[in-house]
Amino acid sequence: MRRVDWRVVMGVAGIGAICLVWLLATGGLIWSTLDEAGRTILKDTLGERIMLLLLMWAVSLLAVGAALRWMVSYFMTAPARLAEQAQVLLGTNVKRQLEPTGSAENRRLTDLFNQLVQQREALREEMDVRVAEAARNTEQEKNRLAALMSELTKSVVVCNLDGRILLYNNRARMQFRKLSQAPGVAGGGELIGLGRSVYGVFDRKLVAHALENIQHRLQRGAAAPSAQFITTTPSGQLLRAQMAPVRAVQEADTVAPVTMTGFVLMLDNITREFEAQARQDHILHTLTERSRAALGNMQAALDVLEYPDVEPEMRERLLMVLREETGGLGNRLRELKSSALDSTVLRWPLEDMLGADLVAAAIRRIEALGGLTAVEAGVDDSLWLKVESFSLLQALSYLAERLRQECVISTVQLRLSMGIGRAQLDLCWTPSAAKLTDKVVPGWEHDPMRSGGEDTSLTIQDVVERHGGAFWFEREPETGTTFFRFLLPLAAPQEQLDSASLVQNESRPEYYDFDLFQPSAQSRSLEDSRLSELSFTVFDTETTGLDPANGDEIIQIAAVRIVNGKLLRNENFDQLVDPKRNIPAITIPIHGITPEMVHGQPTIDKVLPAFHQFAQDTVLVAHNAAFDMRCLQVKEKVTGLVFDHPVMDTLLLSAVVHPNQESHRLEAITERFNINILGRHTALGDAMATAEVFMHLIPLLEEMGIYTLGQAREAAQKTYYARLKY
Amino acid sequence: MTKTVLIADDEPNILISLEYLMKREGYRVLLAHDGQEACDLIASEHPDMVLLDVMMPKKTGFEVCHAIRADETFKAMPILLLTAKGRDTDVAKGLAMGANDYMIKPFSTKELAQKVRELLESAE
Repeated sequence: MRRVDWRVVMGVAGIGAICLVWLLATGGLIWSTLDEAGRTILKDTLGERIMLLLLMWAVSLLAVGAALRWMVSYFMTAPARLAEQAQVLLGTNVKRQLEPTGSAENRRLTDLFNQLVQQREALREEMDVRVAEAARNTEQEKNRLAALMSELTKSVVVCNLDGRILLYNNRARMQFRKLSQAPGVAGGGELIGLGRSVYGVFDRKLVAHALENIQHRLQRGAAAPSAQFITTTPSGQLLRAQMAPVRAVQEADTVAPVTMTGFVLMLDNITREFEAQARQDHILHTLTERSRAALGNMQAALDVLEYPDVEPEMRERLLMVLREETGGLGNRLRELKSSALDSTVLRWPLEDMLGADLVAAAIRRIEALGGLTAVEAGVDDSLWLKVESFSLLQALSYLAERLRQECVISTVQLRLSMGIGRAQLDLCWTPSAAKLTDKVVPGWEHDPMRSGGEDTSLTIQDVVERHGGAFWFEREPETGTTFFRFLLPLAAPQEQLDSASLVQNESRPEYYDFDLFQPSAQSRSLEDSRLSELSFTVFDTETTGLDPANGDEIIQIAAVRIVNGKLLRNENFDQLVDPKRNIPAITIPIHGITPEMVHGQPTIDKVLPAFHQFAQDTVLVAHNAAFDMRCLQVKEKVTGLVFDHPVMDTLLLSAVVHPNQESHRLEAITERFNINILGRHTALGDAMATAEVFMHLIPLLEEMGIYTLGQAREAAQKTYYARLKY
Repeated sequence: MTKTVLIADDEPNILISLEYLMKREGYRVLLAHDGQEACDLIASEHPDMVLLDVMMPKKTGFEVCHAIRADETFKAMPILLLTAKGRDTDVAKGLAMGANDYMIKPFSTKELAQKVRELLESAE
């Protein structure tokens, strides 16, 4: 459909009106000079023929219209196109000769532009040589870091404070691949990648808690604060993570408190070790207990046998007991040997923590539940505990919430004191009805902890065992106060404050610069975020046809990511999909996918969840996105996944930037931007091309004053093509 | 008057010896093989004292302890825990649950007899 040029329409209408007025005025003048007879003759002569006059008028207008149209395209559109093309040259690094069109003046201008471009290119090349030289040095240092990272035997992931991944090594990638629930599809790429959130793997609260711990310690001046935690992943693996802070760059002579800009996680998958350890612990534990019991039985029997007057029958029974117990002991020892207790001892990591800090954290957490007030009731602030604070806090808030729900308690007190060899942490309350409490409370330690919407399979008993502690419910007869008591291990008091001067800037790598450490766009609302700061998933689908609502299916999805203005070619998603229907033969030349190729590939209900995760926290980009989004949306019911990401369409954005270009097909745009992509017409090739186009469009949009996602969406909606619907 | 002692333990091998010993000391002896049976016997027979193993089926020694102390009638009844659990935390828990004293297996029966005697005397 051709666009109607209103300038031509207005021109024709104007000229038509002028002609008409001229005709009428001339006619009227002649009329006024005629006498009655002359007027009659004129009336008779013209009479019916007045239509001829009007027809000629209309015909001449058509001619005028055609002439005007030609003139507009020759003298006006050609310069407008030239201006748009020049803008492309200005705003991007495209090297391209402009085609001279239109009037002689316009052609001359085009030539001048081309010369200027050549001049600029020459300058730029010279500059590039110098930049490349400087970059080589930086690159060498980066390579050294990369080599160092890849040789590490631990998985290392570096994140900023929002949990976005800035750096990871190959081992981390392998480990995440093992964690992936869709290994055949995305191969872990949906979990790890630059700019991705680490919270896809770790519980956000767990990481936040560890961060808080480290921050407290930094403020207190600890030399090398680190935190450890253990977490289970969605696929049931047990990961041990050690967290160390990345400190902010500080002037050498400032005394300001140390701030963090991010953190390093070192990961170990300890699922197997932990299971083995748990088995060994169990064997050891039962062995000691049973041996004690057996020895007890033997000791008692021996004691009785020492009496001289034991009847023969009793003596025989006791000897039998001795034989049985010695036999049993021997068996248990053999069992122990065959279970091959090895020397690698793995413990659930317990950390040193100031008791007062733990109580303060518990109060914050309990009050955050809502409906409960928590207060300190005697805290010995000299006590250092050795605890796994996350699970312990979980336990305390679980108990508090259950008290509120089942015993109608609104206030709890926390108490910390020194017991015999251990610290006593009490959660106290004044019961509203003693009978009720006694009936309800016992046995809570065996139930899985649920609190604040968090579910865990751990019980209080597990937490207590993890600490080698004890837990019970008790009532103080004098005061009537009831409480849960945790016996917790003590830590040696820590070295404090004095070490603060040692740590300045020494442990930080100086050979790397992480742009992503800047506060990210994620902390602002997406709509107000700059396009150049957002993360994008650029994707393309191949289908069996153009009507997804009536049975056409996706046969391939491919995507690449743009993070922090960089196209990450290696973090891509490329998957064939078995459509469970035929592929029409006429479509095969378009996408090149044959029925044999999709046979045995995963079906859409397996692929879309992986793709959804791959695109997590990003803006979706596609060329003619309305179609691709439709394909995803018709599957919402089957997969239960909603693709409610913000969406950008390169077709619409191209129309925003270049309203005068006739075609906004992907081919035409790539040609305009001089983009060469191998493998076009495969989903991945098209996704790459779209991504390149999108990255060329961003600076052009900025020249038009369109900086944010919200502004870009608004502009796109206004364009003519926005009315196309599938 | 003959005192009644309840011995609760799921190990028959120790019940044999302890029953013999306590009878020899001149007490009437009741035997329970798990925690629930112990609770039932206490309620029906009102023994003067209880020897409680900690790890028992149905109800642990801790739970039996808690149940005894929760009942007004048995507030003053001496409880002696016999435990194969050697950890100090278990001992602390047992005492907090209301036990008067504890002995960790293996123990000397002479000491046991001595403790039983003392506890019974102090309860009078």
